[in-house]
Order: sequence, then C-alpha cells, then structure tokens
Amino acid sequence: MTRRQLGALAAGGLFGVGLVVSGMTDPRNVIGFLDFSSRWNPSLIAVMAGAVAVHASLLALLARAAGGRGARLLPPRNTRIDRPLILGSALFGVGWGLSGYCPGPAIVSLGFGARTAFAFAAAMIVGIIAGGLVPRRRGSCESP
Amino acid sequence: MLTGLLGGALIGLAATVYLLATGRVAGVSGIVAGALGDREARGERIAFLAGLVAAGLIAAAVSSPAAANPYPTAVLIVAGVLVGFGTRIGGGCTSGHGVCGISRLSIASLVATATFIATGAATVAIANHLFLGAPTP
Repeated sequence: MTRRQLGALAAGGLFGVGLVVSGMTDPRNVIGFLDFSSRWNPSLIAVMAGAVAVHASLLALLARAAGGRGARLLPPRNTRIDRPLILGSALFGVGWGLSGYCPGPAIVSLGFGARTAFAFAAAMIVGIIAGGLVPRRRGSCESP
Repeated sequence: MLTGLLGGALIGLAATVYLLATGRVAGVSGIVAGALGDREARGERIAFLAGLVAAGLIAAAVSSPAAANPYPTAVLIVAGVLVGFGTRIGGGCTSGHGVCGISRLSIASLVATATFIATGAATVAIANHLFLGAPTP
C-alpha cells in the first residue's frame, strides 16, 4: 500500500466515523431534515456547519503555511453555473428525498450489512455509469 | 445537535486529510465514479471507500446503528439510480458540493446544494402526501 493510499484509507475511515457520529447514516435524520413540516429535524445543518467550519479553516491555514504556493494545494474550481449542474443536482435531490441516502452514508451502511444499502448502492453504480454516457459537468465532484 | 457538530468536524478533518494525501477534493460520488473508471488513481479511491465501509463495520460492532432503510427496496433502487445519475452529471453530492465546494467558497457548489435540498424537500413533501406518512418515521 502506498502512502497516498494509506492517507486515503485513513480519510475514508474518519469520514465514515463522522457520518455515524453525526447520525447521518440514519436515513430518518436526513428525511427529517428534508421534511419542513411540524417535525423538522435540523441536525443536518449542524453537520454541514461543523464540516465546513473545520475544512475551510484548515484550508486557510494550509494556504497560509504554503505561502505563495497555497493556491496550488487545491485542484482548480469549476465555477460555471450550467445546465448539467442544476439538472443533475435536482435529480440527485429527488433520489435523496426518496431514500434518505446520499453516496457517503449509503457506502458506510454497506459496512452495517444493511441489505437495503446494497440494493441502493448497486442502483447508484448503474446511475453513475449511465451519467457518464450523457453530457455532464466538466470535472467530477472531486474537483468542483 | 452537539453530535452533529462533532461528526461534522470529523468530516471536515477527513476531507482535509484526503486532500493532503491525494491532492483531490473529497467528494464521495466522484470518488465512486473514479474508482469505477479512472485507472490511474483507482487504488487510493478504493482505499477511501474501504475506509468508509470499515467505519460502518466498526460502528456495527461497537453499537447498534439504525441499519435498515425504512423505505421499500423498489423505491431505493429508483432513488439509487437518480442519486448516481444526478451526482454524475451535476458534478457532486452532499460532500463534494455541500462540504468541500462551500468550504472553497464556490458559488456553483452553493447553487447545487440549494438545488438538491429544494428538490429533496419537495420530494419528501410529495411522498408524505402520497403515502400519508406510512414510510416516514
């Protein structure tokens, strides 16, 4: 195993623990957030706020430590607001609302041994392959 | 709320570790797509996904997480295809746009996040109406 792979493995483990601790692997918490009726569950906002606060702060610290080379730490951003961005995000939201699963929690749930997560993940892979066949946003979400 | 903040902080730390290790943004949908396609860096993407599954295995061993999704399998299959297809053409999901993109002050990611929260909420509202609260806990 290379050092990059070890780092990626550690990141995945940490990411997964974060999803479990925050309750985001429980689809009921996600559906509860998307349900703006009387029983709204805002915990997803706390998760995103915590994640963005830590990630943005660390990015700023790293950029400062790297001096003029800071910008090169990060892959280029695709800042265009185009049709694939809106259409793709809209369809993703429908699937998210129907299941309470987005890709991260679904993959962690495979580790729970949840049969429902295997069905979802298999279908998600079909969708990813199909999405690769049509015009899509340049750059994957690994470089938004 | 406190566990949400704590878990979120771990996710933000993990995204930074992934960036430092690989030079790429930690978007889970893109990592899955890259693990399926891009031969060059497949190993580190598979390693990240293995870490996610390992976290699930450990959580199931030390506690009893809510494992099963309450929705019918047929609904989950339709949802899975929409999530895979939508994140692929939209260039990201909750992690890539919602966490990493917003952390980088990307307006496109902010627009994407607002879009999938809006259609997700509309979907839940319609599903609640149709099923009259049956599958929603």
